[in-house]
Amino acid sequence: MTIREIGDLLDATILAGENHLDVEVKTAFSADLMSDVLAFAKPGSIMITGLTNPQIVRIASIVDNSAILIVRGKIPPAETIALAEELEIPLLSTKYILFETSGRLYASGIVGCVRKIEGPGNVVPL
Amino acid sequence: MSREYEFSFPVVGENFDDAGKASVEIKRLLKELGITGDILRRTAIATYESEVNIISYAWYGTINIRVTDDNILVNILDSGPGITDIEQAMVQGYSTANDRIREMGFGAGMGLFNIKNCSDGFEILSEPNKGTLIKILIKR
Repeated sequence: MTIREIGDLLDATILAGENHLDVEVKTAFSADLMSDVLAFAKPGSIMITGLTNPQIVRIASIVDNSAILIVRGKIPPAETIALAEELEIPLLSTKYILFETSGRLYASGIVGCVRKIEGPGNVVPL
Repeated sequence: MSREYEFSFPVVGENFDDAGKASVEIKRLLKELGITGDILRRTAIATYESEVNIISYAWYGTINIRVTDDNILVNILDSGPGITDIEQAMVQGYSTANDRIREMGFGAGMGLFNIKNCSDGFEILSEPNKGTLIKILIKR
């Protein structure tokens, strides 16, 4: 799916990165813990989160997320939107909750970045 | 011809608003030096975690990066309370983070573990009430 299609599926508002919506996405990582995004997100994946601070954009830039999808209808502060624009990372906001968002994307063929964490350093891949 | 590049970024404790700024800049500079893919990503993740650690726990610190033909060497030196029990601090999930850190989406007890996980070489030295030095090596 492209980011544009993901946005359409979730009735999302595009807040930044209009020119980068035709990128194909295969994986996603849902978290409100940015430490876990840094540890487990894969390059090219979409970050799904309930956080709205500018750090989410910096994290996305570090781990090479293809987009950030904010859930629960939250609209981030202007600073976050401006940073996403500057770093050219699409920023979307959907009214669906994290569970619904993840479920709808999974049902459409998007999968997690990893399958499960068995223990320290023991990540079960897809 | 062998070339070496060195740059250094100051990080101020409790400056939560700017968390990650130095690491985004470090990643941009490394990219300019031709470092890409997994190596670039691992280095950037390690510096980000280190930057958040300084902001969260130390008074101030510096991230030093040295890029040689073969390696990327990152030294993170801070002045701060230090780590009394390094072995415990390395355990995944162990954290002494306060609410401010957690609100930002950090303090999950993943930091040091993740830094080590991203590195080909990792060393940590700490002295209580003085500070902490983390030395990371990433092979190019």
